Amino acid sequence: MTATMTTQAPEALARRNRRFGVFSLVCAVVMAGVFARVPAGAQATFVLTDARGAAVTVPNIVVNVMPVVLAMTAIVLAIAAMQFTRGFGRWSVWVAGAVAALLVAAFLTWAAADSAVSLIALFRGTIRSATPIALGAMCGVLCERAGVINIAIEGQLVAGAFTAAVVSTVFASAWIGLGGGMLAGMLIGGMLAILTIKFHADQIVSGVVLWVLSVGSTSFLASQVLARDAAAYNTPVRFPSLSIPGLAQIPFLGPVLFRHTIIGFAMFIAVVALTYALFQTRWGLRLRSVGEHPKAADTVGIKVLATRYKAVILGGAFAGIGGAWFTLDATGQFSREMSGGRGFIALAAMLVGRYHPVGAFGAAILFGFASGLATSVQRLPVPIPSTLMLTAPYVITILVVAGLVGRLRPPAAGGKPYIKE
Amino acid sequence: MSDDTPGPDDQTPPEQTASTSGSSHDRPTDVLDSDELSQAEVEAARERERREVSVELGATIGQRFVAAVTGVGLIVTLLAIFSALVIGALIIALSDDATREALSYFTARPSDTFASAWEVVSGAYASMFRGAFAGLGPISETLVAATPLILTGLAVAVPLRTGLFNIGGEGQMVAGGTVAGFIGFWIVGLPTLIHLPLALLAGALAGALYGWIPGVLKARTGAHEVISTIMLNNIALLVLAWILTTEFFRRPDRADPISKSMQDSAMLPEFLTGYRVNLGLVLALAIAAAIFWMMERSTVGFELNAVGLNPNAAATAGMSPGRSIITAMSTGGMLAGAAGATVILGVQGRITDGFSAGLGFEGITVALLGRGRVGGTVAAGLLFGSMRSGGRLMQAQTGIALDLVLVLQGLIIVFIAAPALVRAIYRIRTEGFASGHVSKGWGS
Repeated sequence: MTATMTTQAPEALARRNRRFGVFSLVCAVVMAGVFARVPAGAQATFVLTDARGAAVTVPNIVVNVMPVVLAMTAIVLAIAAMQFTRGFGRWSVWVAGAVAALLVAAFLTWAAADSAVSLIALFRGTIRSATPIALGAMCGVLCERAGVINIAIEGQLVAGAFTAAVVSTVFASAWIGLGGGMLAGMLIGGMLAILTIKFHADQIVSGVVLWVLSVGSTSFLASQVLARDAAAYNTPVRFPSLSIPGLAQIPFLGPVLFRHTIIGFAMFIAVVALTYALFQTRWGLRLRSVGEHPKAADTVGIKVLATRYKAVILGGAFAGIGGAWFTLDATGQFSREMSGGRGFIALAAMLVGRYHPVGAFGAAILFGFASGLATSVQRLPVPIPSTLMLTAPYVITILVVAGLVGRLRPPAAGGKPYIKE
Repeated sequence: MSDDTPGPDDQTPPEQTASTSGSSHDRPTDVLDSDELSQAEVEAARERERREVSVELGATIGQRFVAAVTGVGLIVTLLAIFSALVIGALIIALSDDATREALSYFTARPSDTFASAWEVVSGAYASMFRGAFAGLGPISETLVAATPLILTGLAVAVPLRTGLFNIGGEGQMVAGGTVAGFIGFWIVGLPTLIHLPLALLAGALAGALYGWIPGVLKARTGAHEVISTIMLNNIALLVLAWILTTEFFRRPDRADPISKSMQDSAMLPEFLTGYRVNLGLVLALAIAAAIFWMMERSTVGFELNAVGLNPNAAATAGMSPGRSIITAMSTGGMLAGAAGATVILGVQGRITDGFSAGLGFEGITVALLGRGRVGGTVAAGLLFGSMRSGGRLMQAQTGIALDLVLVLQGLIIVFIAAPALVRAIYRIRTEGFASGHVSKGWGS
């Protein structure tokens, strides 16, 4: 949709307020009806220190489940009343987000009743799950800002994971493996660039085709070569976990933010660097101009096709690092189709983040939180099957894409090949 | 209309542009201007579309799909298959231990490399051919493999004609197969004449419902169907994995996730004893014929095509792009659901974890190879079915993994998606063929 949504008719606003009010009311009913129904006196423990001795120990937070959940319900009910009567104006979306956050907090408190949940594990899991998603989304941001739709991110992730595993095993070095993963991502990016920029193939069809091709060829090679001699090809050297001296000692935040592998830190660096490069440098301005109005860019002497090639191939490097995460950080061995749709979640993160690196990172964190929550709650005695909990990131992706993406303004020249007249 | 002629719009006579819109590949948003509509009508159409649905993204994608998928001639298709087999041969040779060993002393005795490569490649392709066509058994297996592929291919092809990319065939197939299987084992004591159609119908409806979800999301909120269908695929596979662990579904005497067996009255009958080809094939072909009638002859199909060609023009003409999107996705889901039902009721006889086995994804390649047309999709389904059945014999006889088939299929559609690439490789002149294909077969 174009920018017409900024000025809304009053009845549309009232309808939106009503809709958010109903949403809050439903949340309140779920919270009071399901999450508050625990034995009286049940307590939930939230652990804030992890085993690897921090300098300062933070005491665990112990709460009584029923009163806390009921208090949260009361807040949500108050918000609902506000939404029905006068609304929150331009803060509406944020308030709705806060209601969703309270719902999740109530759920977590209920799940942890008579048990303990480690918030450090939860948020570390969030960042870790978000890593490949965020790096894939950076690839998407770069490509789309330059006017090339990249649906092959999933293929780049799986190719990066495969190549990183094999190269790291053969050369017995995680760093060379990471380089191999980057090259694999760039290779697929280059194929996408040639198909779409040189041969003017449809960008979405090309992306899907390259995805099928990478999944097919990595699966073929995995069963044909890797499975026969795993020791020679599929036992990669993994990256060790690094602690940033000083910062890693900060209670709670230290282990969550400052103790990761090099790929985890690469994600943070990528977000910052890409934001600066895209919006503060001449290179970024040129890249965005090529995606918005290639003809105008061409007129002032910017090489449109070369800029697009570079953007798509550089994007591939980010996705390749994201792919290497699977084999060099998370698991330490390649298995077929191991990226499990995260490339498409990255695509969704990019859309939700409105083609901005920071926005995409935020969305990736949201999806990462869904995965982290699922794995954390799996360990608790909750009457929800663990397999069903794993659907959480996918369900949330659909809800977020349906709820927020309608008001998108994509780069104007996205999806169109540029043909000089 | 060729994709690589610069600015073809300028040379095309106006009446042709209006009917084909194939050359919109490079200027999708400008298509309206070339239609014989006044500026006011154009604005009205845009406004109405903005209010009703947010298909802004789908509009341009739809037009580009039409150009991308239909602007390919038969020669390009055949060359694409040939090129894929050549590259596939290279991959087979390189993944073969003996050939790689011979390659290490290539400069000393190059003949060894070629002899070894020829042996493994010809062996692989020969056993693939035997596994697909040599005798009644292989032909039966080819048809069995082709049955769901025809349906999942159509599940992609129908939305494709409306400008939608249904990647959710896998999930819709899981939904359809699971519900069909549930009806198949749960209801006892019905005659086949009632039980079998009931199970099939339930499967198709479940698939349709699962396809309806991304359709509604797209029409109402603009959520891109590629993302929502992929997410729904993952959800369906996880839910299936959970369902098969429940008391109600799991076979009591087995620990692994396998459902109870179907009642005999719900199974699709086989034609010959000892061969697995069954009534599902006839059913798939009959459904394909019905879809052909729907897409080429009926009003609904006309609207689906029109929305795919140009949603703005369709909206101006009084059609509802949103409704067409929902119809197309539900129809696609129904077809994939039917595919799941034929797999469960025709071949498996029980629901297993991952029974869809990538057939839904293969539907994408089938539909792209068939260029979104019903006849082409059926032919492509038969071809890929033969590759699947042949690939199984190849795996058994030569030890080359069945995944090679996926690689071959991916390569074929790389070349199909970029016809200019094939023309560049084989130095085919751009003029002379492949133009005019766009307007044919669209019933317009």
